[in-house]
Amino acid sequence: MIARAVPQPAPSADEMLLKIVGLSKVYKGGGPPVHAVRGVSLSLEPGQFVAVMGPSGSGKSSLLHMLGGLEPPTTGQIWFDGARVDGLSQARWAMLRRRNIGFVFQFFNLVSNMTVADNVELPALMSGATRRQAKERRIELLAELGLSDKASASPARLSGGEQQRVALARALANRPSLLLADEPTGNLDSLNSADVLRVLCRVHGQGQTIILVTHDARAASMADRVVNLFDGMIIDDMDVVTPIRPSVAAAGVLRLGE
Amino acid sequence: MRLPLLALLAKEPAHGYELKSLLEQTFGQAYPSPNIGQIYVTLQRLERDGLVKSQDVIQTTRPNKRVYELTPAGREALAAWIEEPSEGPRVRDDFFVKLALSPLAGVTDQMALINRQRRHYLNLMRGLSKLASATDRDSRISLLLIEGAMLHLQADLDWLERCQEELM
Ligand SMILES: Nc1ncnc2c1ncn2[C@@H]1O[C@H](COP(=O)(O)OP(=O)(O)O)[C@@H](O)[C@H]1O
Ligand SMILES: [Mg+2]
Repeated sequence: MIARAVPQPAPSADEMLLKIVGLSKVYKGGGPPVHAVRGVSLSLEPGQFVAVMGPSGSGKSSLLHMLGGLEPPTTGQIWFDGARVDGLSQARWAMLRRRNIGFVFQFFNLVSNMTVADNVELPALMSGATRRQAKERRIELLAELGLSDKASASPARLSGGEQQRVALARALANRPSLLLADEPTGNLDSLNSADVLRVLCRVHGQGQTIILVTHDARAASMADRVVNLFDGMIIDDMDVVTPIRPSVAAAGVLRLGE
Repeated sequence: MRLPLLALLAKEPAHGYELKSLLEQTFGQAYPSPNIGQIYVTLQRLERDGLVKSQDVIQTTRPNKRVYELTPAGREALAAWIEEPSEGPRVRDDFFVKLALSPLAGVTDQMALINRQRRHYLNLMRGLSKLASATDRDSRISLLLIEGAMLHLQADLDWLERCQEELM
């Protein structure tokens, strides 16, 4: 198993956790081919939290799916922790996802006829942990996400925010070096979103590398870096910085006039 | 600031510094601390218009202070303000005008303009998140103000995206 990533000062090119070069995706179905991603290159340092934004249809999910091995790229390379992975078989990708890449989606995708505890223990058990190890990790994660009292509940009995936190716990169960999240707050109200974001920030603080696709500017602003996609290409790549006087922003909303 | 001052005075008479700190307590750090000079100027105008009246309170150990109180006309103006609906949300028209007119000014790269603005908004959003987490959970008014500012910023960003989709 690849060790959990920890933040490091300015790694050189070969210390990047993820490196993609000239990645593109063309969907060829019945109609004309769709160029969803066109020549995207990007490197991610271990411990970095990157938000991916862009209009609907700009290729965010396609990009993320390629990074998680759910869709093969049409052209380009994906390097994960120094090894080239874009040509891996489905089975090897499945193993990589189990061990090293956590995935969270907009619609939580929990197994509905299993308890919360079983959902969270499943990935560890599938990758060879003992029952005891899986249980210990599950207890630790549910406590961290404020869900200890829901362990024996069925996912359907939980609120959207709680289900998404369970999905996060499941994605984090095997201490992945990379967490991929596709609009995890897209289907949640603002209080539930805030809970999920708090968890993302917390694990990022513990060194978790994250790629978060989101429309939610509040979520994106918590990242170290925001990449903007448009029409399948990166049109902007920024480091987020905290302004010196944030109160000015609030004043733009509340003006006491005169 | 006229009507907020009238509202603060509706409960009990106060002097300028008290009004300043009441404003700060109510809106918290999210709102830049009002300038005391501005408060005094506003109070003078309110007095001129007959909405407040003032009287000097003699203090033995410190300079006298001027205490303001609401007049019946002030109370009426306040009630009228509270009862009428407020203007709808403003849009950040300055950037939009800049974007719309930039080709006339010889700007060829509107995408750069949009990107710069988006960076600015996202950084502001980060600042507001920090401010929210540094704000006491009990300061509900202050937290709501920050949340309002965030929702406005989100709308600004969504609109920016629409501009980008339409113009690029
Ligand atoms: N499986 C697919 N088959 C065909 N076209 C697809 C498929 N998935 C996505 N697309 C198309 O690719 C483009 C990018 O989609 P997507 O990656 O989902 O964008 P986003 O997540 O930014 O909304 C869109 O035009 C979409 O319709
Ligand atoms: Mg998508």
